[in-house]
Amino acid sequence: MNTEILGVILIFLLSVALAWPLGKYMVKVFRGDKTWSDFMSPLERLVFKLSGIDPNQPMDWKQNLKALLGINIFFFLFAFIALAFQSLHPFWNPVGIGNWEPTLAFNTAVSFTTNTNLQHYSGETGASYFTQLLVFCWLQFVSAATGIAACALLFQGLKNKTGSNLGNFYNLMMKSCTRILLPLAIVLSLILTINGSTTNFDGLQEVTTLEGETIQVAGGPTAPMVAIKQLGTNGGGYFGPNSTHPFENPNYLTNIAENIAILLIPMALVFAFGFYLNRKKLAMLFFAVMSILFIAFVAISVSEEMNGNPAFTEMGLAANQSNMEGKEVRFGPAASSLWGVSTTATSNGSVNSMHDSHTPLSGGIFLLDMMINAVYGGVGVGFINFFVFVIVAVFIAGQMIGRTPDLLGKKIEAREVKIAALVVILHPLLILVGTALASYGIVQNPEYGWLNNPSFHGFSEMLYENTSAAANNGSGFEGLGDNTQFWNILTGIIMLLGRYLPIIGPLAIVGSLAAKKPVPTTSGSLQLDSPAFGAVLISVILIVAALAFFPALALGPLAEYFTF
Amino acid sequence: MFTAETVSQAMAQSFVKLKPALMIKNPVMFTVELGTVIMLIVTILSGFTTNESLGSVGYNTVITLLLFVTVLFGNFAEAIAEARGKAQADTLRKTRKETKAKRLNDDGSITETSSSDLKKGDIFLVEEGDVIPADGEIIEGLASIDESAITGESAPVIREAETDHNSVIGGTKVLSDQIKVQVITEPGESFLDKMISLVEGANRQKTPNEIALTILLASFTMVFLIVTITLQPFADYANTPIAIAALISLFVCLIPTTIGGLLSAIGIAGMDRALRANIIAKSGKAVETAGDIDTLLLDKTGTITIGNRKATGFFNLNGKADEEFVRLAVLSSLSDNTPEGKSILKLAKKQNVTVEKNSVGDASFIKFSAETRMSGVDLPDGRKVRKGAWDAIYKWSDNKTDLEKLEEKVKEISNNGGTPLALAVDKKALGVIQLEDIIKPGIQERFARLRKMGVKTVMVTGDNPLTAKYIAEKAGVDDFIAEAKPEDKLEYIKKEQEQGKLVAMMGDGTNDAPALAQADVGVAMNSGTQAAKEASNMVDLDSDPTKLLEVIEIGKQLLITRGNVTTFSIANDVAKYFAIVPALFAASIPGLNAMNIMNLATPESAILSAVIFNAIIIPLLIPLALRGVKYRPVGASTLLTRNLLVYGLGGIIVPFIGIKAIDLLVNSLL
Repeated sequence: MNTEILGVILIFLLSVALAWPLGKYMVKVFRGDKTWSDFMSPLERLVFKLSGIDPNQPMDWKQNLKALLGINIFFFLFAFIALAFQSLHPFWNPVGIGNWEPTLAFNTAVSFTTNTNLQHYSGETGASYFTQLLVFCWLQFVSAATGIAACALLFQGLKNKTGSNLGNFYNLMMKSCTRILLPLAIVLSLILTINGSTTNFDGLQEVTTLEGETIQVAGGPTAPMVAIKQLGTNGGGYFGPNSTHPFENPNYLTNIAENIAILLIPMALVFAFGFYLNRKKLAMLFFAVMSILFIAFVAISVSEEMNGNPAFTEMGLAANQSNMEGKEVRFGPAASSLWGVSTTATSNGSVNSMHDSHTPLSGGIFLLDMMINAVYGGVGVGFINFFVFVIVAVFIAGQMIGRTPDLLGKKIEAREVKIAALVVILHPLLILVGTALASYGIVQNPEYGWLNNPSFHGFSEMLYENTSAAANNGSGFEGLGDNTQFWNILTGIIMLLGRYLPIIGPLAIVGSLAAKKPVPTTSGSLQLDSPAFGAVLISVILIVAALAFFPALALGPLAEYFTF
Repeated sequence: MFTAETVSQAMAQSFVKLKPALMIKNPVMFTVELGTVIMLIVTILSGFTTNESLGSVGYNTVITLLLFVTVLFGNFAEAIAEARGKAQADTLRKTRKETKAKRLNDDGSITETSSSDLKKGDIFLVEEGDVIPADGEIIEGLASIDESAITGESAPVIREAETDHNSVIGGTKVLSDQIKVQVITEPGESFLDKMISLVEGANRQKTPNEIALTILLASFTMVFLIVTITLQPFADYANTPIAIAALISLFVCLIPTTIGGLLSAIGIAGMDRALRANIIAKSGKAVETAGDIDTLLLDKTGTITIGNRKATGFFNLNGKADEEFVRLAVLSSLSDNTPEGKSILKLAKKQNVTVEKNSVGDASFIKFSAETRMSGVDLPDGRKVRKGAWDAIYKWSDNKTDLEKLEEKVKEISNNGGTPLALAVDKKALGVIQLEDIIKPGIQERFARLRKMGVKTVMVTGDNPLTAKYIAEKAGVDDFIAEAKPEDKLEYIKKEQEQGKLVAMMGDGTNDAPALAQADVGVAMNSGTQAAKEASNMVDLDSDPTKLLEVIEIGKQLLITRGNVTTFSIANDVAKYFAIVPALFAASIPGLNAMNIMNLATPESAILSAVIFNAIIIPLLIPLALRGVKYRPVGASTLLTRNLLVYGLGGIIVPFIGIKAIDLLVNSLL
């Protein structure tokens, strides 16, 4: 078999193999069981003592939510101030980079707080080392930990037979940082450093190229930032070109490591659900549902890219060549497609090729991935999004077997359906209305000149930008001039709504379920871990996502595909 | 299924229901109505001005009419369900046409009055041949009553004051004797009246599940509203003008109009099915809850076994049935009015032993009572004859050696599901009488069916544990409550509910009332006391204890029909997209015609066909909505797979065929 495809299969299988034990370990961390990482506890205790927080205080969903939102507001304010007044700090700014324009600072602060990492700036020219490390890199840890902690709260809510205690957000978030993200990031950043990623604090370095010209090369603490960028499904690269840049992703081996890192925690959380609730079969079903979609998407994307651009073939230029436009030669089309699907499925958003240059269907798949936003999904929030689909699927399937629907022994009634429905509406609302505003803007004022490409492709660019913001993905289709006040404010708002409402909703659902009397499982109950329910789940996911976005996809990628 | 009368009535109602105040209760169809109004304005405007986004008058007119018809179809579905329910209720109501009533005044005199003048608390007299003027409770007397007008059962029933069978229904006829009856409801507030209001539009309350589903459908409608509205700027960007008619058509086709149009019809039809089974439900919620029942409490007598226990053998100390023993057994049972007591006389008669009550001279009879659980007679010669439950006689008797001789037989009878009664004279046991239950044929299959549905069956009986166990095993119930007192039922229900289970039971007596009230679904027999009926949430006019099984299936059927039509409705969208989306952009993006996989003739006919399909699928599914999807107890996963294939996959495929066929037809007409 083609070695490129073997590489794709290898990356997927390795990710699954590593995610399983990680899932087990994460459950131990959530529960507070004894683990090897207990040596971190003095540090954790110190931080809690300094901040006056009791990490063992049981909290219900509302208290936890308040904690989550409160701390996130703090993150945002910190980031905004640090960016808007970047020139003021005296150290770690060897190149002397200045203050940010307020809307860009707003957009970027939101972007990193919401785990989106949509980047309307270019790291090496726009951000000081201080900003990169203490703002971006730090936020990549805590925003990911926010997601993981929220997911752990959801697990506890689903596990509760009675009682409203979901655990303690502060405690879960702290441990997600110190015991999950940090150790993994250290391992990954060592792998990257060994393979050639830079880890230094020097300014621009003058290098003489083979052609004899002198160029200025930006370095800096790349490896640590790249490690957490991948593990926390952040995607905010150190350099503008993200993981296509040789310092971020030097070779095929680091590409494997980084791609695994993208998938690792989102996959592990699905398994963690099984271990936490002791419903391994159900977790396997969820994993299977996600993986069926994932593998199908990878297959479509890989085959499209490897078949190449039909326009080239027609012109008689490079017959039977794969589509290499916008890709790194060291990765090739297959690995680039897998990365593309991985990064959009998990709301990571780092890129190792230009998504803009993928064939139309492949680009469409990336869009669809973000429109679903629950195929593994972002750390923590991916599973939370998936949970909303589960609620809808349970509600429909439950009736089909003649019972008023229940999920894990709790009745799904008007209140839960109402919240789930709001979350389901939110995603198309943000994406479609955002794109509609942008379309309207560019039609009325062509002089804005955001679009570097006309026609369907230009539409895809706008659609992609909004989708990426709503899904908290952060990747760009590129080709869109996005550092304008319009885009900064629009996507800033979309990211905020797209991040917090889908966390608030499901937590409110488990909060409401917690107050209900459990119902027993009988042979007449809906069997969640049956293939039939899996089929309902896939149908609900595809129908909700595909039906809402079909016309938009038809005007963008599909129109382009059929017009090619 | 439909009569000409109900259809014409429903057609008229379809227009009445167009009132926005009524339509808004159904958000999905309300948006279609709004769309119709917008299309009407567009049609008028397009008659005066020419504008690309307005389109041609002719086409707009056709679309407007089709949308209007879609709304009417939805209304018709609801109206026909109501009409059928009403027709059913009317046949019941006919029984209570105006009749004469003999009202008893405080001074004991009788005033002839009309039944409609009777108020709650009034007392009336009914004599042989009279029709009972109103629902009530017998306060004095006993009568045999022909209830066939209500239940269709021709055999007369006995109703008696101060028993568990003291209720009479208006419209039924007294065949013999006379009774005094107290009116229990104000006119217009009987259970039947309540049920009728559940079927009729104005007072109908949506059930919890219906509300939740409406929310979900409304949210889908919201999503498609966003999709349609944002499509306009997208199209502007792509330089593809889309006519308003096309946009509204897309919207109406995408929103779940099929389930939206049929939702209330399905709910009403569920109530109607209950009514057809002669069950009066006090709320729609009760019917819905019935589908969720986990545990079913069933009285042994009448449900699991035929009638009451019968005497099937006499055994004296030697295990024989000698004439003297039988004669004493008969003597002791003469004053035992329980069915068991009577069956002893019957068995004795078969063995040619009959004793007249007055032939024994100056004997004093001791009636059977629940406390002593014995009956008997003190003969003129001084002998005291007693017959009763084994343990009662055991206590009464003072000669334990005889008792020990009998113990083996007693055990044998108990182990075989029989009930041993003992006979003793002067505190000396003489032998035992065997009572046996006859299990209803076919009851095992019904319990097996319930087990597959996930329903646990519990038999409630006054029998001793050994007997109860035997019958429970033979009938195939999952659990039993032996030597049950009324409180035991209540306790059992509470215990089950603590585990989150939903419990259903049927009862008739006043002492059943607390348990009936505690149960999630309590069904009172119509023959039962007023207290029992008040405490329960359904009343069974037939007083048939096996009705509970039907009630559960009606509840499940209701939910399944809703779920399947929802699935079908949403699955239809796939084909509609493939019809409409290529049509929208066909002119400006010819490449997208590759998505016209149905090969529909023109963009106009494609949109038209989708809208027509969307409209006619509603009336086509009305029979299914009214009849309900059949429930099959095959296990949850199998059932889900089956329904997914039929309504999910079917819902994807059927519209492809339907829209193509309509397109062919439309084009052959044009």
